[in-house]
Amino acid sequence: MSIQDWIKNEVETNDVVVFMKGTPNFPQCGFSGQVVQILDYLGAPYKGINVLEDDDLRQGIKDFTNWPTIPQLYVKGEFVGGCDIIREMFQNQELQQTFNDKGIETKQSA
Amino acid sequence: MPMAANQIEELIKAALPDAQVEIRDLAGDGDHYAANVVSEAFRGKSRVQQHQLVYEALKGNMGGELHALALQTKAPD
Repeated sequence: MSIQDWIKNEVETNDVVVFMKGTPNFPQCGFSGQVVQILDYLGAPYKGINVLEDDDLRQGIKDFTNWPTIPQLYVKGEFVGGCDIIREMFQNQELQQTFNDKGIETKQSA
Repeated sequence: MPMAANQIEELIKAALPDAQVEIRDLAGDGDHYAANVVSEAFRGKSRVQQHQLVYEALKGNMGGELHALALQTKAPD
């Protein structure tokens, strides 16, 4: 299975998945840490994939969606954004809305 | 080799001639910047598409030479 197929499978079989540096419990980059904090605050179940474990994955994910940086958040198979966009959407309550629109329970369902 | 703020501005303006670009150096190491970019090219585009336009303007430097660029993009009001 090519790295692109593997990524595609992960993105399609997990409602919420974030490709990050480090793990949710031990983020190894400030930006990845911020996205994880936001997801934890929202209380939405998600899967964290550590791109540092595999260079092909680290490069593959950037090619997968033509996005040059990590972290990357996918919801129901759709690329939502990197740290800047997630933080901006969170501050505008758009992130909670996106989750709820896609049928993903969040603690903060306002 | 980190990038200088004006280099980033020049690359963005080369790709988006009408862009108003404001660069802030976050860490003084030439590797961590924040950039506000206002351009007509963003109108009607999603945030992801807007940021991709800026990344393309940076011609592959993003993620390599440039470790972090906190982006804020919007079309002119």
